Amino acid sequence: MSTRLASGGRFLNRDRAVEFRFNGKRLAGYEGDTLASALLANDQMMIGRSFKYHRPRGVVASGAEEPNGLVNLGEGARFEPNQRVTTTELFDGLQATSQNHWPSLEFDVGALNTHLARFLPAGFYYKMFMYPRAFWKHIYEPFIRMSAGLGKAPKERDADTYEHFHAFADVLVIGGGIAGLTAALEAGKSGARVIVLEQTAHWGGRALVDAPGIGGKPAADWVKNAVQDLEKMDNVTIRTRTMGAGVYDHGYALGYERLTDHQPEVSGPRHRLWRIRARQIITATGAIERPLSFAGNDLPGVVLASAVRDYAVNFGVSVGDRTVVVTNNDDAYRTALALRDAGLVVPAIIDARTQASGPLPEQARAAGIRVLTGMGVAKVKGSRRVTGVAVCAQAGEGAVLEEIGCDCVAMSGGWSPVVHLWSHCGGKLTWDADQAMFRPDAARAPTGADAQPFVIAAGTANGHLRTAEVIADATEAGRAAARAVGGRVRATRAVAATDEDEAAMAPVWLMPQGAGIALRMKAWLDYQNDVKVSDVQLAAREGYESVEHAKRYTTLGMATDQGKLSNINGLAVLSQALNAEIPQVGITTFRPPYTPISMGAITGAARGALFQPVRQTPIHGWHIDNGADFEPVGQWRRPFAFPRAGETVHDAVTREILNTRSNVGLLDASTLGKLIVKGPDAGHFLDMLYTNVMSTLAVGKCRYGLMCSENGFLIDDGVVARIDDDTWLCHTTTGGAERIHGHMEDWLQCEWWDWQVYVANVTEQFAQIAVVGPNARKVLEKLGGMDVSKQTLPFMQWADGTLAGIPARVFRISFSGELSYEVAVPASQGRAFWDAALEAGAEFGIMPYGTEGLHVLRAEKGFIMIGDETDGTVIPQDLGLGWAISKKKSDYLGKRGQERSHMADPNRWKLVGLETLDGSVIEDGAYAIGEGVNDNGQRNTVGRVTSTYFSPTLGRGIAMGLVLHGPDRMGEVITLTRTGGGSVQARIVDPVFYDKAGEKQDV
Amino acid sequence: MSEPVSALMGRVAAGAVTVRDEGLAGMITLRGDLATAKLRTACKHATGLALPAPGKITGNAAKGLAWMSPDELLVLVPHAGAGAVADQMAQTLAGTHHLAANVSDARALISVAGPHAREVLAKVSPVDMHPGSFAAGDFRRSRIGQVAGAFWIDADEVIRVICFRSQADYVFTLLAKSAEDGAVGFLG
Amino acid sequence: MLTLTCPYCGVAADETELQAGGEAHLKRFGPGASDDEFEGYLFVRENPKGVHFERWRHAYGCGKWFLAARCTVTLEVFGTYPAQSKEPPAHIRKAITAKRPGWTWREFA
Repeated sequence: MSTRLASGGRFLNRDRAVEFRFNGKRLAGYEGDTLASALLANDQMMIGRSFKYHRPRGVVASGAEEPNGLVNLGEGARFEPNQRVTTTELFDGLQATSQNHWPSLEFDVGALNTHLARFLPAGFYYKMFMYPRAFWKHIYEPFIRMSAGLGKAPKERDADTYEHFHAFADVLVIGGGIAGLTAALEAGKSGARVIVLEQTAHWGGRALVDAPGIGGKPAADWVKNAVQDLEKMDNVTIRTRTMGAGVYDHGYALGYERLTDHQPEVSGPRHRLWRIRARQIITATGAIERPLSFAGNDLPGVVLASAVRDYAVNFGVSVGDRTVVVTNNDDAYRTALALRDAGLVVPAIIDARTQASGPLPEQARAAGIRVLTGMGVAKVKGSRRVTGVAVCAQAGEGAVLEEIGCDCVAMSGGWSPVVHLWSHCGGKLTWDADQAMFRPDAARAPTGADAQPFVIAAGTANGHLRTAEVIADATEAGRAAARAVGGRVRATRAVAATDEDEAAMAPVWLMPQGAGIALRMKAWLDYQNDVKVSDVQLAAREGYESVEHAKRYTTLGMATDQGKLSNINGLAVLSQALNAEIPQVGITTFRPPYTPISMGAITGAARGALFQPVRQTPIHGWHIDNGADFEPVGQWRRPFAFPRAGETVHDAVTREILNTRSNVGLLDASTLGKLIVKGPDAGHFLDMLYTNVMSTLAVGKCRYGLMCSENGFLIDDGVVARIDDDTWLCHTTTGGAERIHGHMEDWLQCEWWDWQVYVANVTEQFAQIAVVGPNARKVLEKLGGMDVSKQTLPFMQWADGTLAGIPARVFRISFSGELSYEVAVPASQGRAFWDAALEAGAEFGIMPYGTEGLHVLRAEKGFIMIGDETDGTVIPQDLGLGWAISKKKSDYLGKRGQERSHMADPNRWKLVGLETLDGSVIEDGAYAIGEGVNDNGQRNTVGRVTSTYFSPTLGRGIAMGLVLHGPDRMGEVITLTRTGGGSVQARIVDPVFYDKAGEKQDV
Repeated sequence: MSEPVSALMGRVAAGAVTVRDEGLAGMITLRGDLATAKLRTACKHATGLALPAPGKITGNAAKGLAWMSPDELLVLVPHAGAGAVADQMAQTLAGTHHLAANVSDARALISVAGPHAREVLAKVSPVDMHPGSFAAGDFRRSRIGQVAGAFWIDADEVIRVICFRSQADYVFTLLAKSAEDGAVGFLG
Repeated sequence: MLTLTCPYCGVAADETELQAGGEAHLKRFGPGASDDEFEGYLFVRENPKGVHFERWRHAYGCGKWFLAARCTVTLEVFGTYPAQSKEPPAHIRKAITAKRPGWTWREFA
């Protein structure tokens, strides 16, 4: 059984006990534990069930590479699935539950899958769910959805907060082991700005477990001194609990800092995402031990040899009382020795090599530990946890020579450098046959904007497994980075280091070498995705020769695992099946993040009120105070209508429209874009931008204009006012201001840069308030200050003056067909003007109206709306706007585009009005049904509805639509679709439903 | 006659770092040929200041000149007279191609002051806020969260942020949240 | 995520401060142009693997459009230059030739 040892555990504070729950069971640990070590201390070997076969699984590793130990953490608003027990620091009150089982961890129905494993091989989903096609929707998809995914998605809104932080550094060091610290010291001494990130809570990495001598001191002392030295440097920032998550183009890197995961009682952001720009990045990310592929290597109790050592040394936890070590290298002997030192039993070391004679094996033998060379594990005994191993000859097919009882198997297949961060941005690898590992190829490092390498791998991450080499390599890495950023580097001798000599490892990709199918089907490569040796071999047989294809077919190394444990073993199996060398098979792409980071960290502050910027007009406060029903228009919030007590929104819209038609309405039109275009060539420029002529507009007058893209499609419309000889004011649609401003700047800067034109966006300088309706003039006259009579200020003109003591520019323009003034006042006085207009208008029946009223009023008049009548495929000619297109101009943006044959096709759908025969409102987006069917067997269509409303003025439904030959078919009745079947008939009519002569707006 | 009001109406979020609405400020967008004597004269008349170098600001929020682009300055003057100053600049520049627009009401001015003010900006802008990279007199246009903004820092380490009036609430809320979330411990 | 230095204000701008604008050095064809010319102007693009010339706007900064010469494979930036350029300036072409001898892009080399 796994248990807490009486002594040891350098991370533990044994004076402070911590209580936590696992699947509701109350358990105890110590401050300094991870959830993994605390569970093991409580003999909780089984932690979850596997993804596909629901096999019992326990921890395999002690760090970020852990594939099995994923749990649900927390509850309610702090629930989070798929949290690694090995990287979760224990705190008082922690609550964890296991995943992937039903009804319970111990008794799981899905575990039946393991007996069906023969029928669930690689590519099962692709093969099984193809036919019959009709099964997909009701049988296959629900089944896959039920079984897919690891944990459960949280149901409540996350209670925590998160933030981003932009940091710039000369040198970013990822990894706080002895390599990272050495490199950071070198870079720091040069005066460079340095950031050092360590993903765990502790500096020093594995060195503190294996305890080599560094600089004549014990490793622990050296690490302590190094951290103190770095802390003293003003130019160096060091962070624990911060993982280097990804390395991207041009020196961009992400750091994932976990601030309160281990101390939830502390306030402040839970995670911080460091968005770092570094000129040089040193990846000192260490190495990960590889599992060995033997039957039953996924049983709880089969653990990486280094992890067994970590649990003993760091946490005072023994994974088992009797541990058999299985290895192909000398390093795993350290585990046997550490366990022996802790007073535990090591019945045997099974070494696949035919010889083991280095200092470490000799020490083991001297300690009385039995060493079996040339041997392997035929299979692991036990069902839910290890009870023993069957020993066989590594060179054979698995004939059992003896069985050894044990409750833990410590396995080591050699080490793989963590090359993820090196590889994220294109760093290439080279195969080191001696150590059977891919290591960074310094000649093919990721390069930056200047084509120079910007990533340097250091230490174990660079393939150096001996301490002295690690220190020497990291020293040079730190200096090289410092030199690359122009730092001063003084050449001093690298710190000396000592550890035990190690003999060469021997690659072992399958144990035993000749294992038959029964064993291979139980030899796991990828624990997290449940991929076995037999699956990869099947993929190769079925023709998946590319490593990337085999990966997708088998799911090997996918998802959150990113091949940390499985990659090399899987590749080796594939290369053997393909009869190719490992480097020829190649390696799959390593994708960021290194391990999953929280959604919250990615989101940062952008949630709730800050999810997206909401733009507010100067009158926004009044709208809120008066119960406006808002709608988003671009990033603006505009009042849709102002419902009163007892009114529905529809009632309010009707009231607002009728009142505007009969008395006077008030509209907050501040969101309309306002662009000043000024200069000697401004007139010429606007003639190119608009389809009609703006240069001839007289000072003081207004003209409606259309803007098209070079494709000919209508992109914006609005009223243009001539301010003075060389100045025009262009109104754009709401939400169009920035886009059209950019459009203008693009043409001015990139095409017509010799034209003398300046543009300024003054949209927000003004609150623009439309006073609309038969009584509009009376309201303005009561506000007083300027002459707004028809004689002085006729339709389509503007004038400057003051109203209610506020400087105002008044435009006589109308989007409703009524007598209408749009009044622009300084934004800082916009609310004051609004209040004054409401007060002055009270006796004339003034009421504010919202955007829905605006839409209906304009639709009653047959005015088009960008985004309703247009969708990026509509040209002005489609909309009957030929009158606004100059025939005389030799050029304007879109003219050539509109001359294309398709644009001139008489069969293009054209704008008409539509009136239902029964007076009902046509559904938004309804299609006009034509004769016959198309190639897909769907009914042909001959038109579509672009705007449709109930018109309170006319007491019936009105609509506009684009219809085939529409303008030539006035009076004809067409049939339109309804959702869910049925249809409605409508007559084609003139789109101007109200005041066709336009008399009301011109009074 | 009514009193003009700023978008944020004097909002303050007090804390270790205080975020404060600085109220209405006069701002004029001036576009023209920055190399001409006439333009320099117009700026001198308006503010008494020499033209800033690219990426710099001269003066302060009450009287200042900020470099916006190779053909654009932001002229900072008291709010009350901004319209008149813009008109006067236009007069001085008459006959040359230019544009002087009063944009005072299209903007909001927010200050961020306190020990980790630089870090508050570094949370929301992709800008190197290290004192060695961003010092008094520097003027930077960039992002504030998801929107456009500009900011500078004065000798007392007070940062002033300019944004659009309609986005003032977003920018203020974002800065206040970033201030409230505390120091990072990276920029001293 | 790229960093491009704006040639107008000198800021080494983060990609989040920039707006991408597609291929550079397009020649506009208006009324009177043939269908082929117009198609080439509106739709036909180089999409190269290697040296490329692009339009970028320092949208969250000085607002100016500029052009960038860059390698689409390695993301090496050979240089940025003002949008008011009919063709890549000599010093940029020289810099590219030094790194990618024999390169061509449309009519440039």
